[in-house]
Amino acid sequence: MSSLHSLDIQSLLAGYQKNDFSVQEVAKSCLEAISKKNPQLNALLEVSKDRVLARAAELDQKKSDAQRLKLFGVPIAIKDNILVKDWQCTAGSKILQGYRSPYTATTVARLEAEGAVVLGKANCDEFAMGSSNESSAFGPCRNPWDLERVPGGSSGGSAAAVAGSLCPAALGSDTGGSIRQPASLCGLVGIKPSYGRVSRFGAIAYASSLDQVGPLGKTVWDSARVLEVISGWDRFDATTSKAPVPSYSDALKESTLKGLKFGFCKSWLEGVDPAVQKAFENSMQLLKQAGAEIVEIDLPYTKYSLSVYYLIAPSEASSNLARYDGVHYGFRAPEFKDSETLYNRSRGQGFGKEVKLRIMLGTYALSAGYYDAFYLKATQVRKMIQQDFSNAFKKCDAVLTPTSPSTAFKLGEKSDDPLKMYLSDVFTLPVNLAGLPAVSIPCGLDDLRLPIGLQIIGRPFDELRLLQMARVHESLFGVLKHP
Amino acid sequence: MTDLNNKYEAVIGLEVHAQLLTKSKMFCSCANQFGAAINANICPVCTGQPGALPAVNRQAIELGVRAAMALNCQIRNESIFARKNYFYPDLPKGYQISQYEKPFCEKGSLTVRLKSGEQKQFGITRIHFEEDAGKNVHASHGTVVNLNRAGVPLIEIVSEPDMRTSHEAGQYLRALHSILQFGDICDGNMEQGNFRCDANISVRKRGDSKFGTKVELKNINSFRFVEKAIEYEIERQIDLVEKGEPIRQQTRTWNSSKNITELMREKESAHDYRYFPDPDLAPLVISEAWIKSIRSQMPEMPSQVLARFQKDYALSEYDAGVLTATKELASFYEQTAAQSKNPKASANWVANELLGRLNAAGKEIANSPVKAQQLGDLVTRIDQGEISGKIAKTVFEEMFLTGRNPAEIIKEKGLVQISDTGAIEVAIDKVIAANPSQVADYKAGKVKLLGFFVGQVMKETQGQANPGMVNELVKKKLD
Repeated sequence: MSSLHSLDIQSLLAGYQKNDFSVQEVAKSCLEAISKKNPQLNALLEVSKDRVLARAAELDQKKSDAQRLKLFGVPIAIKDNILVKDWQCTAGSKILQGYRSPYTATTVARLEAEGAVVLGKANCDEFAMGSSNESSAFGPCRNPWDLERVPGGSSGGSAAAVAGSLCPAALGSDTGGSIRQPASLCGLVGIKPSYGRVSRFGAIAYASSLDQVGPLGKTVWDSARVLEVISGWDRFDATTSKAPVPSYSDALKESTLKGLKFGFCKSWLEGVDPAVQKAFENSMQLLKQAGAEIVEIDLPYTKYSLSVYYLIAPSEASSNLARYDGVHYGFRAPEFKDSETLYNRSRGQGFGKEVKLRIMLGTYALSAGYYDAFYLKATQVRKMIQQDFSNAFKKCDAVLTPTSPSTAFKLGEKSDDPLKMYLSDVFTLPVNLAGLPAVSIPCGLDDLRLPIGLQIIGRPFDELRLLQMARVHESLFGVLKHP
Repeated sequence: MTDLNNKYEAVIGLEVHAQLLTKSKMFCSCANQFGAAINANICPVCTGQPGALPAVNRQAIELGVRAAMALNCQIRNESIFARKNYFYPDLPKGYQISQYEKPFCEKGSLTVRLKSGEQKQFGITRIHFEEDAGKNVHASHGTVVNLNRAGVPLIEIVSEPDMRTSHEAGQYLRALHSILQFGDICDGNMEQGNFRCDANISVRKRGDSKFGTKVELKNINSFRFVEKAIEYEIERQIDLVEKGEPIRQQTRTWNSSKNITELMREKESAHDYRYFPDPDLAPLVISEAWIKSIRSQMPEMPSQVLARFQKDYALSEYDAGVLTATKELASFYEQTAAQSKNPKASANWVANELLGRLNAAGKEIANSPVKAQQLGDLVTRIDQGEISGKIAKTVFEEMFLTGRNPAEIIKEKGLVQISDTGAIEVAIDKVIAANPSQVADYKAGKVKLLGFFVGQVMKETQGQANPGMVNELVKKKLD
């Protein structure tokens, strides 16, 4: 029973149906794994044993639900920028230290309605701004594959919790790669859904027009199952789509690549780690062997993605983060003279360096006299990047890229050089700008036995086929054995 | 000042913030309710909790569209919500959701009647949606932020700088206020801040086409104060120009006890609100079909009610105008007329007696101690001859003081009109007997004395005799 915490969702559900173990046994196993490994990993910032066990006991009382509920008894870690009533929600920031959620995010409410158990709140970069989890105010999180290295970010804690087998799946959020890049660096399947596929209600906003909540799991099936539960229209989020949600996990049985075309952009591979390049080429071969066609495509405007992203995201962030002002909730500076000093000191002391950097950048880009040249121009180029992809999808059904140009790097290696850090999201950013769905799946290990990820980018709201493609790749490449 | 007023002209534009009469707030389901306990109507959305998102209230949009229609605006089928960013303790998100570059409607107009009798049309630049802020409440233990009002839906109605006098501005505001009330768009309560006005004023030499430096007058809470404040401000500015001093771009407020405008803040440089489209809200789509359905449910506008009163109740334009000054008054009048079935007499009673009495008591029609049914009942009793018009005034005064029904008062005080021929004749005989010389004069041809006899008889009957009958019977007796 001691290895229950390392089972994937599919195995857990099968076990419950056969009555092999109880939810409480699974929950205890996860809690044990957490007490053993979390002090090192720092993947979870809050774990409430009492709440977890009470929920598990409640589910064990309703054993018959195991047949009906899509995630019965599945422990899931929730990134600490997603609200769960009564749990803390810090977004990795001192400014929200001690903040207790007054309500539950739509995604979490949907997970719970399908029988999931909220296991804990996962560490992340402060307000999801970062690619290494090092900007968290509550200490960095470490990569289970190599504790000297980062798990990626910003959903680093979510990825480390799953890769470290503290739980089978986690929710993350992805604004520029924050699910896919840590999934890649930790050898997981991470999905960034189409913009509007999943509700953002209760997910702390970083950049509202780019943010999406999504799953990280060990297999395509697991992530697909979580995605189908959290997806769909939400009356509390005006940007969600009413498009129907297919049963992604069930549809994986029909996965095939016959007649499908994958596009890839040669110029994107420049400057990529040789090991990553090798794994990427190997994946293309695998897909070709499975019957797919590989075509070269051109995405001429995507080279501006980094610039566009670092204007739009900080602009929205500068406004989204204005509410953390020390007046209504969260951290308030201990000493102030008037409202001006209350604001300045609370925000000055409450926010970390990276967050302040982006708030300043965004404030500047939205200022009178600069708006047209920066924010407005960026939104125009964003449309051209979207156009690039719709042109590409006339030639192919999905676009392939490495998820990250490198494997997991060492703690501190890039933390002093923002630009270097930003470049680790160069393949993932354009996807958010275009609002497309994308998945990162494991496609190799480098010489240091660090995971490499493949990104598949799909058409808007074409998650179903995207996951079927990922499933075929998984069936050919296999699932990584996690440390 | 007259010479100077010939030399200069004022340019006035008004911005009105009107709270919409919705059940719930603009972006959440909290009640839109005045006067609730502090922070009773709040939720994660309107308190700006992390992760909370706005969802548009359709009723607010419908009321806004009504206003757009009533003010002849062009409605945009797709408009954009924008964020106006600034820090203030009563603004929990650190930004206000408003509309900036693409408001939901533009280019309207409002025609008003001036005291000269002339009709003048003023342009409406735009109307846009926005959410109200909370309120800082200063208590003994410090300042508390009350967020009940945070997120309450508003429309801001911006006029063209078309007004030239305080009277024009006042009439524009009264007409606008009345339209919003008649349309059930805003309750118009100015004391509660549900209808707030800011005025932009500048002066220039007559004939100049360039505007002078403008001063903004903020938060003036009555029509009369708006007029006085503008009046004062025009004189202040002309005075500065005459002295050769510069007019500084300022925000000022009206001090109603000192009757002057006072400086609130200097506008060294315009505040940079960093407006940008709110990424949490899709463009607001107002389809032609929706517009059509809103139009079909449009309440009667004041001009329509005025025309109807003239036509259906045969009222003069003046009376109809008085009775349609506010929605409450018009509906009070209609109820009175419906009760009495005498529209003309009801109009007199409401427009003259009741309004005069309310005015003297400093009361509004909304809290009139005499209700419409009671007043209608009074009119009926006059028409049926139960009481005379003169007695009715006594009864009315009693009704006004006590709120009691006319029947009760008439009975208790024994005011029922004497329409009994025998009783009246007894009184007439008494008067004739007591005034032999007047009788002789009358008979000698001084027929004007008839009024004297009637008066004496009325006196004799303590005003209770039916004056028509007295008139007739006196004549009969003397002739």
